[in-house]
Amino acid sequence: MSPLTISQGSSKHSAYDLRDPYSEVQETHTLTVIVDNEPGVLARVIGLFSGRGYNIDSLTVAEVDHTGHRSRITIVTTGTPQVIEQIKAQLGRMVPVHEVHDLTVEGASVERELALLKVTGKGEARIEALRLAEIFRANVVDSTLQSFVFEMTGAPSKIDAFAELMRPLGLTEIARTGVAALARGV
Amino acid sequence: MSQQMTGAKMVVQALKDQGVEVVFGYPGGAVLPIYDELFQQNEIRHVLVRHEQGATHMAEGYARSTGKPGVVLVTSGPGATNAVTGITDALMDSIPLVVLSGQVPTFLIGNDAFQEADTVGITRPCTKHNWLVKDPERLAETIHQAFHVAISGRPGPVLVDIPKDVQFAEGTYTPPQKARTEHYAPKVKGDIEAITQLVEMLEQAERPILYTGGGVINSGPGASQLLIELAESTGIPVTSTLMGLGAYPASGKNWIGMLGMHGLYEANMAMHDCDLMINIGARFDDRITGRVNAFSPNSKKAHIDIDPSSINKVIRVDLPIIGDVGHVLEDLLRIWKSRGRKTNKDGLAKWWKQIDAWKAVNCLAYKNDGPAIKPQYALQRLEELTRGRDRYVTTEVGQHQMWAAQFLHFDGPNRWMTSGGLGTMGYGLPASIGVQIAHPEALVINVAGEASWLMNMQEMGTAVQFRAPVKQFILNNERLGMVRQWQQLLHGERYSHSWSESLPDFVKLAEAFGCKGIRADHPDQLDDAIREMLAYEGPVIFDCLVEKHENCLPMIPSGNAHNDMLLPDDDVRNAITGSGAALV
Ligand SMILES: Cc1ncc(C[n+]2csc(CCOP(=O)(O)OP(=O)(O)O)c2C)c(N)n1
Ligand SMILES: [Mg+2]
Repeated sequence: MSPLTISQGSSKHSAYDLRDPYSEVQETHTLTVIVDNEPGVLARVIGLFSGRGYNIDSLTVAEVDHTGHRSRITIVTTGTPQVIEQIKAQLGRMVPVHEVHDLTVEGASVERELALLKVTGKGEARIEALRLAEIFRANVVDSTLQSFVFEMTGAPSKIDAFAELMRPLGLTEIARTGVAALARGV
Repeated sequence: MSQQMTGAKMVVQALKDQGVEVVFGYPGGAVLPIYDELFQQNEIRHVLVRHEQGATHMAEGYARSTGKPGVVLVTSGPGATNAVTGITDALMDSIPLVVLSGQVPTFLIGNDAFQEADTVGITRPCTKHNWLVKDPERLAETIHQAFHVAISGRPGPVLVDIPKDVQFAEGTYTPPQKARTEHYAPKVKGDIEAITQLVEMLEQAERPILYTGGGVINSGPGASQLLIELAESTGIPVTSTLMGLGAYPASGKNWIGMLGMHGLYEANMAMHDCDLMINIGARFDDRITGRVNAFSPNSKKAHIDIDPSSINKVIRVDLPIIGDVGHVLEDLLRIWKSRGRKTNKDGLAKWWKQIDAWKAVNCLAYKNDGPAIKPQYALQRLEELTRGRDRYVTTEVGQHQMWAAQFLHFDGPNRWMTSGGLGTMGYGLPASIGVQIAHPEALVINVAGEASWLMNMQEMGTAVQFRAPVKQFILNNERLGMVRQWQQLLHGERYSHSWSESLPDFVKLAEAFGCKGIRADHPDQLDDAIREMLAYEGPVIFDCLVEKHENCLPMIPSGNAHNDMLLPDDDVRNAITGSGAALV
């Protein structure tokens, strides 16, 4: 037997928080990436995901600092802990990337998504759709005699639930922005 | 000097300010203004290649043998697409290149204009970073940033795409000192606590090994010196990847040879059986690890790397240290010395005994009988007859490359240039020219296979034009030897399209290019023929006709573990089986 030991907790020397490094369980993480808003930066990030076979569940991007030309990209991705760590490291070494945060492990965060849902129908179904929309706090932003467009903001799971309920009531189209997320607190 | 100038002038000025001495390039419509500026100055030398792929490999050879970035200049469209293989090669092997490409004028971009290609789109995944410069005011700064990115952190290729109207337009030149580069600043100092922990592990280890890679060479000659000091003062054995050869001298007493698929038995066995693996600037490439779940099962692993994404990518390590090899080794040695230079002497003595027993297997043995020249023998003679010379070696890709790695010995860094990560046939000839341009007085040899060599043979014209006396040492087996070997190992000896008929007469080809051709086809001729090659002042094409069906051994067949190697006396037929067959 080798006398070699490595003290427990040495993972604090790890560049990353390796919770269960050998886990094959798929985890979903929300990442925030602050980048220079230069041409091609989104293609670069997306190319990294497709080129290395990572998943993108949702992606949003917009310039959030107009003077500093910084954009915030929010990516929801799924993978084993090892893959998630790789994704963060790969993002972190890109030249236009300033910060990478994993909101899923860095404390509590809020995640919101906006969706527009078109529901067409008449009679009872139409009234039921409107009633449910009220419960879900969805706003009517357009209506004709045969249709509504509902706008709703919330956690992605809430939008999923609402869309599921609208389906039998005449949901014909849905547009979703993808997740925007921020860490809670200061 | 006025700071107002045309974009084309800025390009040349920026290159001068970056200390560039030579540019490898090929002109065309979209870079003519830059070529016009090159014409009107004498500080920067331009080497006219014969194919843009050649330019990129020359720049790689230049960069790897000097430690400075290689610079390439190509035109738009086909000029840029021809450069893609070399750029990808440089990315895989972490070689700093700055590629400048012409682009159609900004007002034509997106119109499918003549010789338009989406160069930044095409090269985005094969560069560290790239830029399309649409504003002449940003041009000089972008070029300075490009140099900064190419050489900082883990080095790699970058590309700046410059539309023709930007080359003609006037703008203000930004000198390097004023270029904003702060935000790209990879960490070079390793975490002291982690380094201390590695020292503790090293002090106790019974069976430690230093597994070194190209990162040591990229870190600069100082890092190689520190590696030597570490190995020799602790007594730990050193192995290296293909990329790291020379960082620790092959004549050094701790050297146990290259590891990996065609690495030495003793090196692979030591990797498998060690209790502490210290990875210094290597990346657990699949040529190295063999079957990942059987890789060095009983060791603690530390990994020193400047690129955080290399950590835990392939192999889980116990102790990652992110930083530049030179910086980390310096701290490591300092801490180890301050703690009293402790090692596990008894453990090490037993470990070396075991390693010596593995060495005795003599894994590079080959049968040197019969009238044909054995490729291994040719390389042994080449080694013998060039020993002590100021020598640089490049290679193509295939069996000859692996034999060169096994039979040639390197005692310093930056002397061995081979396409490791991408495995690019056609690399060696242009790379040898790039090396020779950087070291005009040195002996530069490209150990080639005939098939690889043909892939960029047009560059012989460049060698002749620029008086680069490169020696092309072709181990001619009239086969795509490595492919043939795999077909023997994996495909029931069905040699599908792995031989070349109607090869050129290489001696006549040499004459046609205006250089010297030499042929050897019998072992007895070899020494004289090699001496003749070495004595000749200009470029030489040496056609060394070798045994056609020699196999490159030892070998870890794909899907096997390190301790499960094919040795020279084993039956190689159908040696790759099971899930290994799906691997490359
Ligand atoms: C551009 C390119 N195409 C194909 C391959 C696949 N390949 C690897 S080695 C090899 C044969 C090389 O033959 P040769 O240069 O004669 O070297 P030998 O193995 O015979 O020494 C081939 C086709 C490659 N590595 N690069
Ligand atoms: Mg061959």
